[in-house]
Amino acid sequence: MATATDYLVNVQIMGKPYAVPAGITLVQAMWHVGLEVTRGIGCLGGVCGACATHYRTADSYKLKSGLACQLIVEEGISFSLLQSFPVRKPTYHLDQITDPKQELFKHFPETAFCRNCNACTEACPQGIDVRAGIWKANFGDFKGSAEHFLPCVMCNLCVPVCIAEISSNQVGLYARRAQGVFFEEKTTELTTRINEIKTGKFDAEWNRILSMPTEALKTLSLA
Amino acid sequence: MNLLDTSKEAVNQSRQERVTQKIQSLSPMEQEILVHQYHPDYKKEAYREIQFGPNQGEKTVHELADLLEADSPVADQNLSLTPDYSVDLLVIGGGGAGATAALTAKAMGANVLLATKLRLGDANTVMAEGGIQVAISPDDTPLHHYLDTLRGGHMKNDPALLKTLVEEGPAAVQWLIDIGVMFDRDLDGHLSLRSGGGSSKPRLLRCKDYTGLEIMRVLKDGVQNAQIDLLEFSPIVELLTDEEGACTGAVLKNIDNGRFIVVSAKSVILATGGIGRLHIQGFPTSNHYGATADGLSIAYRAGAQLTLQDTFQYHPTGAAFPEPIAGILVTEALRSVGAQLLNVKGERFINEMQTRDVVAASVIRECQEGRGITTPAGRRGVWLDLPLVDLIQGEGTLKNRFPNMVRQFSRYQIDITKDPVLVYPTLHYQNGGVKVDVDGESTVKNLFVAGEASGGLHGRNRLMGNSLLDIIVYGRRAGKATAERARKTDFKKPTLKHLDRFHQVQKEAGIIPTSVSPILFPDYVNRK
Repeated sequence: MATATDYLVNVQIMGKPYAVPAGITLVQAMWHVGLEVTRGIGCLGGVCGACATHYRTADSYKLKSGLACQLIVEEGISFSLLQSFPVRKPTYHLDQITDPKQELFKHFPETAFCRNCNACTEACPQGIDVRAGIWKANFGDFKGSAEHFLPCVMCNLCVPVCIAEISSNQVGLYARRAQGVFFEEKTTELTTRINEIKTGKFDAEWNRILSMPTEALKTLSLA
Repeated sequence: MNLLDTSKEAVNQSRQERVTQKIQSLSPMEQEILVHQYHPDYKKEAYREIQFGPNQGEKTVHELADLLEADSPVADQNLSLTPDYSVDLLVIGGGGAGATAALTAKAMGANVLLATKLRLGDANTVMAEGGIQVAISPDDTPLHHYLDTLRGGHMKNDPALLKTLVEEGPAAVQWLIDIGVMFDRDLDGHLSLRSGGGSSKPRLLRCKDYTGLEIMRVLKDGVQNAQIDLLEFSPIVELLTDEEGACTGAVLKNIDNGRFIVVSAKSVILATGGIGRLHIQGFPTSNHYGATADGLSIAYRAGAQLTLQDTFQYHPTGAAFPEPIAGILVTEALRSVGAQLLNVKGERFINEMQTRDVVAASVIRECQEGRGITTPAGRRGVWLDLPLVDLIQGEGTLKNRFPNMVRQFSRYQIDITKDPVLVYPTLHYQNGGVKVDVDGESTVKNLFVAGEASGGLHGRNRLMGNSLLDIIVYGRRAGKATAERARKTDFKKPTLKHLDRFHQVQKEAGIIPTSVSPILFPDYVNRK
């Protein structure tokens, strides 16, 4: 197995050539060449979307996109962090909405104009079938749309590639929240427990436990 | 075959016979002995006394003590304290606690400004994988939750904080569901509950292994929809106080242009999160880039007392290989569905469902005593047998319930449905923090602290699923308390008087500061 310091690869960071150790991530490559990075780094674990990146590799004509904390350097890779990207985020209040499926088109009128080009899906670093998620939202299948967008890290990489100008990640989030608020099966476990607490069901037991010495609590066995 | 591959093969070979293997839990006494001998919290040379201030004479790790005793970045700035903003509530931090507090206070009519070092949502919350604990099953009660947490915290938890957490937990989770957070359901539509380490009942709600991401995404969207004023890339660098020492606002720094921003506020909530990026005792961390304990040193300079500042959680299963993801969390939920820990010989050495400090100590013991596996980059670790999960729970379990884990490792050509992964404890959570009451108020008036930056609730070891509950319950309480206070109080004069007092005791202790805190970011830049 090769170790990280075995050999160097040639990369371009924001247009400048550098040689960096093989095996490190794009973010680590930026540190390695002495760059201070404040914008463009978040969780360093692939779930926050801060390090959205455009890059090219030597073997392809394609402009690719991904997360810089997750991508590994390779010979000939050229990349630039997106850092900040203006996104249109419509303001809505779920508690004032009566028909969320119809209201989708009020807040995201452009979503009906998806032309099926699939560029969003190809841009997604999480492997989400974004196009399918958009169409399911359009057809009122919020449950299906919500399932597609579950791993979305809101990196915005699907937004600039859309020829219909859809902020797809925002549509996905709307569908998810609406699904949760309006369409998920209502459960009673929480409300039952909240009422039990409110009506003092556990008060006597609390009084007993809170008056016991710490030593006794270590081994106390509750019913 | 090299040793690593031979060892891995041994794990793959013995998998079938381990399916039904039970391993005894350690007795409370045995646990204490193991933890005292191997847990990093008990490594004497890693600690020193704090030399002045509210916690003078108490111990903490060198890394934190140095920050507490460092100087303020505005000490010699001749800063004009004319406010750029005047608000009822200034929330510092854009993670789960900060966003929840801001939403709560705004809904009650308060004028809120939320400032954060990175972007809204860049926080440890987004990385939480395992779930959120709440006692809702018919055979479970808040008292069970209380006792489990107390025992997990080695009986050092603040009883009032803990009682409030377990009693308000169900209402806090109901609030999350009401704003559109979706938790996994059983086939019959009920909320699905799983077990976590140290819990006597199944109590974890989750959203696959994206629970924190799901919660943070909704909270962030909520903050945006509520049109709460937001200052991103604007970390706090100092608090402001009045003549009596009560908090009256804060100084922020726009890190794009380096300019200071002065905010006058009736209350401040510090929701600045944890400490992982200080890499205490050289440990890797599961924390996000901004987790540098900013709130602790800032609150300490203003005179706030800390509690349990000497105890940290090292999550037993951080990735040890491959190198680019060293320290990243391999969720405890995998162990709760059967994943086993094995040493170089392919032998189990601990009941995997004991509390995190006990399991972490046992992993460190195996490695220190030569039963670990060394990675090509020189890290040590033990195996976490993940394919076993599919064997026990049925094929497809990993893929369906742990999509994030499968994706993380597949990026490095590791198929966790076929091979075990190498893990080692990773610095995960600051158990202690700023001492608070049940509304989140510190010992400094009008200075509130919520989430990981606060201390006392979790004792000396936090149970899985209690931090997500903590940030929602106490984010809501702090938001409510500060909104109510804003109605009853006027703006007070913002001064830096507390720095005079700080410099006085610093001088009396004979300390000449050579650095400033907060440090804001870890320094990973190669300057050669």
